[in-house]
Formats: sequence, C-alpha cells, structure tokens
Amino acid sequence: MARLISLAEAISENVHDGDTVAMEGFTHLIPYAAGHEVIRQGKKDLFLIRMTPDILYDQLIGAGAARGMKFSWGGNPGVGSLHRFRDAVENQWPRPLEIEEHSHAAMANAYEAGAANLPFAMLRGYIGADLTKVNPNIKQVMCPFTGEVLAAVPAIRPDVTIIHALRADRKGNVLLEGIVGVQKEAVLGARRSIVTVEEIVDELNPPSPNSVVLPSWAVTAVVEVPGGAFPSYAQGYYPRSNAFYIAWDEIARDRDTFQAWIEENIMKAGPEDFAKHAKKAA
Amino acid sequence: MSDFTPTEMMTIAASRALTNDDVCFVGIGAPSAACNVARLTHAPDITLIYESGTVGTKPDVLPLSIGDGELCDTALFTVSVPEMFRYWLQGGRITTGFLGGAQIDRFANLNTTVVGPYEHPKVRLPGGGGAPEIASNCGQIFITMALSKRGFVDKLNFITSMGHGEGGNHRERLGMKTKGPTRVITDLCILEPNPVTKELTVVSIHKGVTRQQIVENCGWPIKFAETVIDTPVPTETELQTLRDINARTKKAHQGNKEAA
Repeated sequence: MARLISLAEAISENVHDGDTVAMEGFTHLIPYAAGHEVIRQGKKDLFLIRMTPDILYDQLIGAGAARGMKFSWGGNPGVGSLHRFRDAVENQWPRPLEIEEHSHAAMANAYEAGAANLPFAMLRGYIGADLTKVNPNIKQVMCPFTGEVLAAVPAIRPDVTIIHALRADRKGNVLLEGIVGVQKEAVLGARRSIVTVEEIVDELNPPSPNSVVLPSWAVTAVVEVPGGAFPSYAQGYYPRSNAFYIAWDEIARDRDTFQAWIEENIMKAGPEDFAKHAKKAA
Repeated sequence: MSDFTPTEMMTIAASRALTNDDVCFVGIGAPSAACNVARLTHAPDITLIYESGTVGTKPDVLPLSIGDGELCDTALFTVSVPEMFRYWLQGGRITTGFLGGAQIDRFANLNTTVVGPYEHPKVRLPGGGGAPEIASNCGQIFITMALSKRGFVDKLNFITSMGHGEGGNHRERLGMKTKGPTRVITDLCILEPNPVTKELTVVSIHKGVTRQQIVENCGWPIKFAETVIDTPVPTETELQTLRDINARTKKAHQGNKEAA
C-alpha cells in the first residue's frame, strides 16, 4: 500500500545516490516539485530517464545531480535548446553527462516492456537512422515466424519513477487524466514509485470506468503537493505557463543566472511554494 | 492581395499540401501552423494528431509544445504515448507526417541531432523525438523549413530520420513500403523528389523569388524540374487565417508569466 507522507520523506526514503530515476510527464503533469526536492536534498550520480527531458531535467543536469541521461528529445518545446543540457554535453559542465539516446517510439515501447516484465521491446523502427550506429543498446531481432528484422531495445526498469497526478484518495489510489504520456508504464516498470498529486480527496470517483487509475498497492509513496507540476500543467486545475518556458531560455543560457535561479527558487524554497500556482478550474 | 512575408508564403504553401482526407501526424513549429491553417481553410475535416496522444485535435491557438492542454481539450480523444506510437503510427493508420528539421540533404534525410561529431558535438540539438518512425511509418512525409545554406547542406553530420537515404530505391531496399518525403516546402520555393533519382528538385517558385536566390541559398548545386510553375500567391482568406491564429497564439503564450 502506498504511504501518504511528506515530499521530503518520500524523496529521502526512495531516491538514492546513483539510482536510475524516471521523472515522467509528456508536457503535462511534469513532477517539478518532486524534482526540486531531489536537487534540494543534494542527490547525486543519478542516471535520469525521460522521453522528453525539458526544463526540470535542465535544472537537475545544471545542478550537477546527473551522471547520465536516457532520452529521446531534449529541448525546450517550441522555444529551443536546453542550455544546461547542451553545456553538459558540449563542455562537460558542471560534469560530463553520459547519454543514451533513442527515438520516442523506442522509449515508449521500452517503458511498456518494463511494465509488462519483459526484458526488451521490439518495434519496426530506426530504419536508416544513424542512432543505431552510436547507441549499442539498439539491436536487431528476427521474427521467428516471418523472418522480418525488427529493432530491439532493453526494457526500462527504473530504480524509482516519480510522477505528478491529479488526485489521490486517502488510501493512496491515484487518478490521471488528459495527456497521460507513459506515466502508467513508468510507474509499473519501476522498483519504487513516488506520486505527487494536486489534492487528496475522500472519494476518488474516477470519471469513467476506463480512467487511468494507479492502485495504492502499485505505488510506494503518495504526496499532496498542490501546484506541484508548475510551470507544466494539470488538466482541469491550471494551464501550462508557456510564458515561463519562454523565460527559461534566458535564465538557463548563462551559468551564473542559472545558479542564482536555483539558489533562490529551489535551495531557499520548499514544496509549499508551489501552492500559489494551484487552482482548480470550474 | 496585400503583401506577404516569405514565412507566410511558406506556411500557406505547406498548408495547401494537405487535404480533407488526411490523417496527419503534426510536428511542432512551422508544420503545426501549416496544418492548422489547412484545417481552418480548405481542409476542415482533416484529422490532426500530435505525438502527445491527442487525436483529431482542433486547437484555437497554436500549441507551444506538442502536449499543451489546448490540444487535449479540443481532441476527439487522447491516448497514451505507447498506444500512439504502437497502434496508430506503427499500425499504419497515419497518411501523412509533417516534419521540420534543422538540416536536410538532397535526398530529404533530416538531422535534428548534432552538428559536428556525435561524441563531441559542436552543437547538441534536441534529437529525433518521434521523427525516425514518423518518417518510416506514415504513408508520406511533407517537410517544411526555410531555404538556407546552413539548413540545406551537401552532407549531413547525422541522419536522424531517413528520407530517401542514398536516393533511388533505397527505401524499398530497406523494406519500407511507405513513400517517404514527397514535398519540401520552403520560404522561396517548393521541392519534390525526382521520380527516379529521388533528388530534391525545384518544381514551384514563390512570387518575387529568382532562380539565382534559390541557388545561392542551397548548400548543394540544386536542380530545377523541366517544368517549374509559379506558386499561387496567398489568398485573402489564407493570409487572414494565418495572421489571426498567429495573433491569438502570441497573446495566449504571453499570459500566465509567473516564476516557479
């Protein structure tokens, strides 16, 4: 059963130096508050996994928390580069970053294989693509029935997956709606999982029998952090702050302004500071 | 018609490539603008799909990312990302993929990964995202990007997604049954692959653009088709639709500016 605990406890108990950590979210429901707690607690040597590492991973990389990253698209969507990610790859600042790069299709399949307790995923992919030449974790497998050659990638089995969801009940059952990305697969494929939520309610009342629900017994820790996805968004609660994503480009471009931002907005802040962004749409 | 910018001409020419019957996988940026102009003008029933899982979406403002709430709010339905890539894209349900890129070569291969060597890149770009499998699994591919020497290069450092590879029947030889890139829409002209060699050649030139300009802005000695037509200028409706959606988008993206 999931434990309903504080964010500080959830991170310190479940995220250890050197872990492989997936903080998933496909634009929607990115677990910013939890990621900031990871930085605040000084976790290090993490191997980060995410299909679309955006500002949160730029912050983790720039803060020196990561030894490596497995990903498929590392940018600030619609804005441009992740400057801290680039600085790490191009100039090894603040430390070298080992990268394992895939396509979205391969990552999505790999998460699904992880959730399904399979050792690898296969897809009709990477045809004619140069990633196969630089990533030894992209291999080929032959269909035993037709002889077709398909791409194979290892399943994703994080030590810990961290996601943000809309709400949970007091038992720790969790509801996601809207763009649900790969969060379900990332949680089910992980050894441990932390879910932050906008609110904890008496009754979950899933809006449909087909709603995406993660049951309490499949989650390690649930934490109420209203506004915890900001500047990403929570469907039905608050919109994405596209203005902040645009503003990040300037903040992250320069090492000094980046470090000043981290100091002010992460090291001197706490999860309660996200509450000002929380609101529930009518 | 009033004056228009080369970028407006590019977006509108790109929108014309799409039809009402298309099921289109939309890349962010220029492709997204073109696809929505098509939907708001000549192709009202087009199905637009973003890789975040939103299917049949009708955004009122252009999304900044592929997963803005606007896309989900206006979609017919929204699926998980594994389902999107497995059932809908790999399943062969998508007629058209619309991509942009940082660099392209004469066979419409795209690079969005690195400039310089992969291990020690001069510029680390965001990477492929959905592009490698969009390029192989959609029925056909349209590409839109501005024509420049930096973008249209003689040799790519890295092939993120394969277009026509080395040209000729290279796709077929690798077992692909889809058409690959069939049109590249730039701010100066429209290119299509030669039916045999698959080398991109100029088939249509936008108003006020000279052949010399096209040659000077391309990183390889670009060829012109035997028959080259003039791209029809934007109509009043096309231009107004594009300007309106851009204005709505700018206003929407500037709101909600708070520090995290």
